[in-house]
Amino acid sequence: MSELDKFAPSPLTPLPQVGEGNEVKKLKVATTSLAGCFGCHMSFLDIDERLLELVKLVEFDRSPLTDIKHCGPCDIGIIEGGLCNAENVHVLREFRANCKILIALGACAVNGGLPAQRNHLSLATILEEVYHAQHGLVDGFIPNDPELPLPLDRVHPIHEVVKVDYFIPGCPPSGDAIWKVLTDLLAGREPELGHGLIHYD
Amino acid sequence: MTTNLETAAHPEALRRVAIDPVSRVEGHGKVTILLDEHNKVHQVRLHIVEFRGFEKFIQGRPYWEVPVMVQRLCGICPVSHQLAASKALDAIVGAKHVTPTAEKNRRLMHYGQILQSHALHFFHLCSPDLLFGFDSEVAKRNIVGIAEQHPETAKRGILLRKFGQEVIRHTAGKRIHGTGAVPGGVNKSLTIAERDILLKDIYQMVSWSRDAVHLVKQLHHQHPELYNSFGAFRANFMSLVGFDGSLDLYHGRLRARDENGKVLFDGVDYQNYSQIIAEEVKNWSYMKFPYLKSLGTEKGWYRVGPLSRVQNCDFISTPLAEIERRDFVAYSGVMPMHAPLGYHWARMIEMLHAAEMIKDLLHDDDILGSELMATGERGFEGVGVIEAPRGTLIHHYRVDEQDLVTMCNLIVSTTHNNQAMNEAVRRVAQQYLHGHEVTEGLLNHIEVAIRAFDPCLSCATHALGKMPLEVEVLDAAGLNLSTLSRTSEGVLS
Ligand code: SF4
Repeated sequence: MSELDKFAPSPLTPLPQVGEGNEVKKLKVATTSLAGCFGCHMSFLDIDERLLELVKLVEFDRSPLTDIKHCGPCDIGIIEGGLCNAENVHVLREFRANCKILIALGACAVNGGLPAQRNHLSLATILEEVYHAQHGLVDGFIPNDPELPLPLDRVHPIHEVVKVDYFIPGCPPSGDAIWKVLTDLLAGREPELGHGLIHYD
Repeated sequence: MTTNLETAAHPEALRRVAIDPVSRVEGHGKVTILLDEHNKVHQVRLHIVEFRGFEKFIQGRPYWEVPVMVQRLCGICPVSHQLAASKALDAIVGAKHVTPTAEKNRRLMHYGQILQSHALHFFHLCSPDLLFGFDSEVAKRNIVGIAEQHPETAKRGILLRKFGQEVIRHTAGKRIHGTGAVPGGVNKSLTIAERDILLKDIYQMVSWSRDAVHLVKQLHHQHPELYNSFGAFRANFMSLVGFDGSLDLYHGRLRARDENGKVLFDGVDYQNYSQIIAEEVKNWSYMKFPYLKSLGTEKGWYRVGPLSRVQNCDFISTPLAEIERRDFVAYSGVMPMHAPLGYHWARMIEMLHAAEMIKDLLHDDDILGSELMATGERGFEGVGVIEAPRGTLIHHYRVDEQDLVTMCNLIVSTTHNNQAMNEAVRRVAQQYLHGHEVTEGLLNHIEVAIRAFDPCLSCATHALGKMPLEVEVLDAAGLNLSTLSRTSEGVLS
């Protein structure tokens, strides 16, 4: 038994086999983080060594893991985070236009999550208070460069702007939950999260 | 120490090239470059383009919610935020010292985090540049390409990260956004069964971490001209250092050195951080620019993170990492190493140290103890500082009689490095882009320099406000967003 075999993947859904004479066309998957903390992407990586299995079946398009900067035509798009600025809206639309299946991954994409806690405050109030009160700040003022995307006055979940095909709850959803949904989709099954895979914290 | 490429004299006459988004980093950022008709570079800026408003909306929340809330700033280093907040809030519950079991479980969690984050950064994000070349084929320049060409390296990276995540899961209850550390201590200690599971693999992790140090060292020795000069600039540097002068990523006092390695200050109690550090704002980034007050904005900016820490401490307490530290110091010679690519080498030394620390902690029976919480006289203000994977992380809170947070100030690691990262990309633009036709491969050189810092742009977007105030129209069906504008006098409406 080699050193690596000690880390056997958890016994979840087996992947469809890619074998000789059985070449499957790789599905294209794009992922992005909007107003999220990257925790959902980290949880995606928590599929651990199953990532090496996954890349035999899928090809990554735009993703924080690749250097592809714009989403091309894809089979599956995965969105982490809600919408907090104009740039987020733009990227989300690019994903929706290019992806056959769009997945809202995690609390922020599903309902705004923690960033949406700013929604009960008006942007103007927040700004004015902080602009005058920030601890340790010398000569504070408001950055106004056109390179900075315009903030929205509230944080929105993504389904308010585009149609979303699947929602995976959790902050973040576990690596196992993400694996289950992806392997179901790859096998052409309707994704289902059973006991233990669905949670909201 | 600074280049003069921050602001072009006549931006309107120049051509704009953007790297948007910066990829293979954690978080949201972009780089803009302004060039003239001869491809001469006139301006380069790394912008942080998102804000969250965290420091504001945490106000009015009960303090015990804070450790689990703040970690949602960042899913890459949630443990760092949870620990920095808990350390700050120890003062609120009056825990001058947490119990040995609490401190050791917190340390274990933290070193698990350092291990997983450093592994992720090196193997998943940066190894493609270092192993394939900065201008190698875009489609292959990622972890999937590494898995194809260097399968053993990819596997080790994935399994090192996995082990770190498992240490976190066993101490914090969950791999990402757990609940282990609380004001005054921890809410669980390790069980014997959990310890034994981790012990089974830790020796392998130590040995793979050592191999990783050797891999980076080899890269430096093979290409010294590239590795020593790429994006290089000289700067001050700062970190926590243990009370005995050792590399300590969990606790200690602040020490800073100038570009020659001369100590600027030492032994500073971090409760007084605001006496030595101030921040300024620039109109083109949501991320603020901190500096050492004693030196002012022009000369006072500094670097944090592995490159600073490994050169700032006097020694490393674990034997294998100490051997590597000495080797590193000997390689750089009399002067400190300032080359951004030196970050990778220093980072892998820290990963080795983290693995050794985990091994030692797992052999310490305090880790299994049952005294989890300490209390004392109720306090109203606290500062918690920790060395997060990317550098010094400062949390500062005030809490009122009703247990509600009234003030929160956060200076995250990547913010400390703001000016330094901007300097690095400007140097690279001067070294590689100036006068050349811009290509994808050349632009990736800029990103290579940013990646060396392992910036967590996710953390860095917490800052409140400082945003351009203009009308935003969102025309999605069913959405009726109110809009906001700022008059020329700066009045909000
Ligand atoms: S759902 Fe949770 S883990 Fe995912 S991006 Fe939002 S805060 Fe981070």
